[in-house]
Amino acid sequence: MIRYDVLKTLLPVLGDSLVVCNIGSPSQELASLSDRPANFYMLGTMGLCSSIGLGLAMAQPKPVLAIDGDGSVLTNMATLATIANNPAGNFVLLIIDNGSYGSTGDQPTYASGKTSLAAVATACGCETVIECSAEETASLVETALVNDQMTIIVSKCESGNVAVPVITTDPVVIAHRFMEEVTR
Amino acid sequence: MSKNIDQKIVNDLVSQGIDFVTSVPCKQLAGVLEVIDQTPAIRHVPSNKEDEGMGLCAGAYLGGMRPAIIMQNTALGVVVNTLSTLIQFYHMPLPMLISYRGEVGEKVACQVEMALHTKALLAQLHIPTYHFHRPEDADELPAILAHTQMCKKPTAILTDASFWGAAQ
Ligand SMILES: [Mg+2]
Repeated sequence: MIRYDVLKTLLPVLGDSLVVCNIGSPSQELASLSDRPANFYMLGTMGLCSSIGLGLAMAQPKPVLAIDGDGSVLTNMATLATIANNPAGNFVLLIIDNGSYGSTGDQPTYASGKTSLAAVATACGCETVIECSAEETASLVETALVNDQMTIIVSKCESGNVAVPVITTDPVVIAHRFMEEVTR
Repeated sequence: MSKNIDQKIVNDLVSQGIDFVTSVPCKQLAGVLEVIDQTPAIRHVPSNKEDEGMGLCAGAYLGGMRPAIIMQNTALGVVVNTLSTLIQFYHMPLPMLISYRGEVGEKVACQVEMALHTKALLAQLHIPTYHFHRPEDADELPAILAHTQMCKKPTAILTDASFWGAAQ
């Protein structure tokens, strides 16, 4: 399974959850699979998906799923220390770990080498860290979204992308409709 | 030890609805951070780097809070991309309370290097910029914070050594 396949398995378990999705292929693939106002697509700003997700989870009570990537978390690795020290029960960080920088041509990341992001998250103090296969991901996300335990899920999948269009929705529209979902 | 000016600044943040603050500390801003940590109306989440902090602020804003960031001017070298592709691109209000290191009164020569670029970078990014040089300049803070919410832009409040030295 590649990232696109994992995203497809997530669609039935999202419910009313607020989703913050990583820049590039992840957001484009999610938008083409199932666009919903409760999705916040990052159109730029490498690395900050987990930070936006944590801030959102702290600000309001709805469950928040940040769909991040291994390359992005490596860019902003200290986020795991901030997350660990400011736990929010409604926050789930899903790191889709395909071992590569998918949006830029599948160059390998260090997560495909010696670095375990699950071990980094644990060392940072995150209390519930699960590394799983691509196939197991959706049911673990479903459970994590409904319980009151902040959860970091590292989903190990294969490298690869699906050719889908770039997102042309205006960023102000993305933010506006998202904020209406927050208060709905 | 915090001073009256620190309490005044935090009072203004609270009165203008700021309820989420992230920070990377600076010596000049230590008193403000001390008061914030004693202020239940503000959730303070320290960040490791200022771009990470702006991500937290963006999320808090989407969730209905009114964030602000407290940082040093040297961090402008870190946050250019985040300011333009996240805060500005999505039209998010974000007051940045900035310690303006490297101005007259500075003891560390290296701080002058980023001071040279501070206002030029802010001007290049089209960020409304306010410079607190004398203690009374801080009287404008509530209006600056209201202006930030009105226009949904990042704004910069530069606070220099003369300001911190003279303010009680
Ligand atoms: Mg990847």
